[in-house]
Amino acid sequence: MKPFTYERATSLEQAAKAVASVQGARFIAGGTNLLDLMKLQIETPAHLVDVNRLGLDKIEKTPEGGLRIGALVRNTDLAADATVRRDYAVLSRALVAGASGQLRNKATTAGNLLQRTRCPYFYDTRMPCNKRRPGSGCAALKGISRGLAIIGTSDACIAQHPSDMAVAMRLLDATVETVDAAGGRRAIPIADFHRLPGDTPHVEHTLKPGELITAVTLPRPLGGTHVYHKVRDRASYAFALVSVAAVFGKDGSARFAFGGLAPKPWRVAAADAAAPSGAKAVAEAALAGARPTEQNGFKQGLTARTLASVFRQKEAAA
Amino acid sequence: MKFDTPATTNPIDRGRVVGIPHDRIDGAAKVTGTAPYAYERHDAAPKPAYGWIVGSAIASGTIRSIDLKAAEAAPGVLGIVTYENAGPLEKGDFNTARLLGGPKVEHYEQAVALVVADTLENARDAAKLVQIDFAPATGRFDLAGERANAVKPKASFGSEPDTSVGDFDGAFAKAAVKVDQTYTTPDQSHAMMEPHATIAAWNGDMLTLWTANQMVAWGVGDVAKTLKIKKENVRIVSPYIGGGFGSKLFVRADALLAALGARQVGRPVKVAIARPQIPNNTTHRPATIQRIRLGADRNGVIDAIAHDVWSGDLPGGGPETAAQQTRLLYRGANRITTHRLATLDLPEGNAMRAPGEAVGLLALEVAMDELAEACGVDPVELRIRNDVQFDPEAGPQRPFSSRKLVECLRQGADRFGWNRRNPKPGQVRDGRWLVGMGMASAFRNNLVQTSGARVGVDAEGRVTVETDMTDIGTGTYTIIGQTAAEMLGVPLEAVTVKLGDSRFPVSAGSGGQWGANSSTAGVYAACMALRAKLAEKAGFAADQTDFEDGLVKQGNRSQKLGALAGREGLWAEDKMEYGDLEKRYAQATFGAHFCEVGVDVDTAEVRIRRMGGAFAAGRILNPKSARSQVIGAMTMGAGAALMEELVVDTRFGFFVNHDMAEYQVPVHADIPQQDVLFVDELDDKSSPMKAKGVGELGICGAGAAVANAIYNATGVRLRDYPLTIDKLLRHADGTAIA
Repeated sequence: MKPFTYERATSLEQAAKAVASVQGARFIAGGTNLLDLMKLQIETPAHLVDVNRLGLDKIEKTPEGGLRIGALVRNTDLAADATVRRDYAVLSRALVAGASGQLRNKATTAGNLLQRTRCPYFYDTRMPCNKRRPGSGCAALKGISRGLAIIGTSDACIAQHPSDMAVAMRLLDATVETVDAAGGRRAIPIADFHRLPGDTPHVEHTLKPGELITAVTLPRPLGGTHVYHKVRDRASYAFALVSVAAVFGKDGSARFAFGGLAPKPWRVAAADAAAPSGAKAVAEAALAGARPTEQNGFKQGLTARTLASVFRQKEAAA
Repeated sequence: MKFDTPATTNPIDRGRVVGIPHDRIDGAAKVTGTAPYAYERHDAAPKPAYGWIVGSAIASGTIRSIDLKAAEAAPGVLGIVTYENAGPLEKGDFNTARLLGGPKVEHYEQAVALVVADTLENARDAAKLVQIDFAPATGRFDLAGERANAVKPKASFGSEPDTSVGDFDGAFAKAAVKVDQTYTTPDQSHAMMEPHATIAAWNGDMLTLWTANQMVAWGVGDVAKTLKIKKENVRIVSPYIGGGFGSKLFVRADALLAALGARQVGRPVKVAIARPQIPNNTTHRPATIQRIRLGADRNGVIDAIAHDVWSGDLPGGGPETAAQQTRLLYRGANRITTHRLATLDLPEGNAMRAPGEAVGLLALEVAMDELAEACGVDPVELRIRNDVQFDPEAGPQRPFSSRKLVECLRQGADRFGWNRRNPKPGQVRDGRWLVGMGMASAFRNNLVQTSGARVGVDAEGRVTVETDMTDIGTGTYTIIGQTAAEMLGVPLEAVTVKLGDSRFPVSAGSGGQWGANSSTAGVYAACMALRAKLAEKAGFAADQTDFEDGLVKQGNRSQKLGALAGREGLWAEDKMEYGDLEKRYAQATFGAHFCEVGVDVDTAEVRIRRMGGAFAAGRILNPKSARSQVIGAMTMGAGAALMEELVVDTRFGFFVNHDMAEYQVPVHADIPQQDVLFVDELDDKSSPMKAKGVGELGICGAGAAVANAIYNATGVRLRDYPLTIDKLLRHADGTAIA
C-alpha cells in the first residue's frame, strides 16, 4: 500500500472538488474492493476522499413512483428493504447472492457498480494486464480464462464484471445520478454507465474525474415474476460463472440481464424479444457474436441451461 | 519404554477419562482470543520489526542483479535480507527448494528478499521497490506433457515405488470383467486458516522462534542446519497452530527469513507469508495421473489389480504415493503398483492431509464403483467380497492388527439408508434435482512414532505434562490431559498440558495421523515412570498400586498424590519406542463413506445433501474431537471432489488462482449434514493406548463417494477432479442432464 492522504468530505461539492483537484485521488465508501487493491498496489491513489458521511444513505420513493437509492446505502440494507423486497425482488435476490454477509454490511450501492474485475492476472502485479498497466498485454487471452467474459470483450481484455447487484440494476433500467466538481448534475442510464474494453480496458465507466455518484434510481415497479439465478463453483461466496436476472410479465413479455459473461452487466433487446421461443432462443440472442476462449466456451451452453432453470422457476412460482 | 508385544490390560482400559467426549481444554482460550498464536507473541518478543517477503517473479532462471537503493531509502526500512547478504546458508533436510532463493530461482514466488521495517505497511510498501533483474529460463510445468519423461523415484518413507505380486498381465487378460481407466487429480493447497507466521529473536547466539510448526524437533534440526548453527542454540515455541494439514510440517520462509532479518537489524522480527503468496511460495499437494486396472470374475471378486501413478516435483523432490492403499485394501493374487516421478519447475510438492491415500482413493474407489456396475454387484457388497484380513502383498503371515472394514461398510450402509439407492443412474428426481447416492471405502495407514513426555505432580496434587507435541486444531491438548488424568487417577481439570516448546521432551509431532496415538503413548510411558516413583515413595509395590480419586493406593492403605509429591514436586520423563509389531502386522484404519447429492437437471450444479460414514480407528480417545476431525476431513474430501484446484499456467509456471477468493474450498452452504459413527475397536498391536490415527481417515475416500453419487444421480462418470459444472456439461450427452 502506497502512503496516501485522507480527508473526510462534508459536502457533495467539496468531495467532488477534492477528487477533481488532486491527481490520482479516489472516493472511498465501503472500501471492500479498493482497500484490497491498494494493499496489492493494483490501485495506488495518492489521496482518498471519504464520502461515508454525506447523508447519501436513504431509500426514498420518487415522484414518478420509482425508488431513489442513496449511493451509500449498504448492500445488506438495500437487500432487506421492504419496498425492494416487494417491488424489486430481483434486486434483493441478486444482492444476497453476492459476497458474504460481512462484506454486504460494508459494501455500498455506488461502490458495487464500480467494483473491479476478478481476473486472476489483474490481481498479480507481476503479470501483464492491459487493465492494470495499459499496453502491457493480456495474460488471460491465452491463459487461464475459465471464469472470464465471452462477449463484449476485445483482444486487449477479456475480464468480466463481477457484480450481481449491477445485473439486476441493468435489468430494471436503473439510472445513475451524479454530481461533478462544478456542481453539475447528470443522470446516466445504466446501459451507458459501464464501458466495454475496446483498446482501453482500464477505462471502465463513463464518470468524469471527480464525478461522484449520489444515487441510483429505479423506475416504477415492473410487477410480474422475478428470478435471479447465479451459477458458481460453490454454493455461496463465489463469483458467478453465469447469472441470469429475469422479470416475467403477466402479459407474456420478459426481460433478461446476465452476469459473469461480459465486461459489463449484459442485456440485449433481442434476447427479451426471444422470450416466447424459450431459453435456447433467448441465450442465442443474448450471446450473438460471443467470442469465448477454449476454456470458457461452456458458458454459452450454461447460459441456455441457466435460462432453462429460470423459466422452470418462473413456472413453479406462477 | 518399548512397545514390542501386544498390549494387555492397562490403566487406560478403565475408560474413566479417556474415551469420554470432553470439550477441548484449550477451547475457551481459543474462542476468547486469549490463546496467543505465533504472530501475536509481542509478550515474549516486545517491539518487533515487521518483515515482508519479496517473491520471485519468474518460475525458473537466475537473478542477474538486485537493486535495493529505492527500497532502502523508503520510510521506516531497517534492513533488507537477500542471498547476497544473508551469509552462507544450507538447505534443510525437509526442504526441496531453498527458502531464500538466489542467484538461482527454483520456482515462482520463491522468497528472494525480506524487507524489514518499523511497520507492516512500510515493509510491504518498500517490498515493491526492491528491483530485481531476473534472467528467466525455460521450465517444465505440465505434468501431462512430462509424463513420458517420468522416472522411477527412490523409496520414500520406507515405501518402495513399485511392488508386484503374481502375474498381473496374465490374470488381467483372462479376467471375465475388466476396468481400465485413467483418473487425474489436480494440485491442491492446504488453505489452513492461520498463514505461516514467525517472530524471531536473537539473544547472543541463541535464536528463539515463536512460530507455527507441526513438528518442533524437525524444525529445530532444519533451522540449525540452514543457518549453520548448533541445534542447542535454537528454540522453537509453537503452542497454538491455526491449522496445518501438512503445510507446517517443515520450516518455511517465514521462519528462516524472520531469523535472518532479526540478525540483520538487531531486534525481533515478525514475518507472515501473505495469503496470496502461500500457494506458490509454500508446499502443495501434487497433481496426479492414475491408471487403474481391475480384473474380476463375474461376481466381482478381484484376481488382478494394478495402480500406476504419475506425479511431478522439483529436482530432489518425491512422488505422491497414491497407490499406497491399493497395496493393502482389496484381495487379488496378482497385483502391481508403480509410482513415476516427473521433474517439474512448479512450487514444491509435499504432504497434505493423507498424502497418498487422499488422492489414491479418489481414483481407486471410483474404479471400484465402475467394477460394481460392470458386474451388477452392489458397491457395498463388492467391497465386502474383496475384503482381505491380511496384507495381500505379503500373504497370510502378515495379518492386519485389526481390520473392521466390513463392519464399517455394513453399519455405515444401514445408518445411511443405502438400501434406498436405485442402482440405475439418473432415475431419482426431487423437483429440479436429480438425486443420487454413492459410497467409497476409507483407508489410511496407521503409523507410530517415538514420542516422549515429562509428567509432574505438585504438592496440591495438580499434574503437569510437558512435551513438544503440537495441537494443530486437532484436540491434542485435551487427549494428552485425558491420558495423564486416567493414568494418575485425577480429574481432567487437575491436569495442565504444556505443548509445542523445544525445551520439552521430543514428541511424535503432528503429521501422518500418527500424532494422537503416538503422543499419548509417550505420555503413558512418562506416567508409568511417575507411577513407579510415587509407588516407591509411598512404600507400595509398583504392580499392586492403584491411582484413583487423587490417591495412591495399595490394598486399603492410601496416600494423597500431592502429599507424596511434596513441596518439590515429583517428575518423571520417558518416551515410547516401538519394536517390530508394525512389520509383523499390517496396521491401518478403515471406514466407509456414503454421500447423497442433488444435481440440478438444468444447470448441473451439484449440491451435497448429506454425508455419512462409519470408521474404525482403534480406541477413540475423545469422541467429540475425533468426530470434529472426521467431519472436517469429509468436508475437505468434498472440496477435493467438487472445487479445489490450483490451476497451473503452463506458460509462466505458477498457480494462477493464488488467493482464497479464487482457490475455493467448501463453505457452510456446501456441507449441510454429516453423520459419523465410530465402530468399536481396540488395537492392541498399535500402542498401549490401543488407539490409531483418525485425523486423516475422514478425507480418504470421501471425495470418491461424492463422485459416485454424482454418477448415480446423473449417469455422468467423471474421472478428472475437481468435478465442476463445465466437465459435467461436456459429458452430458445421453445422460439425465442432457
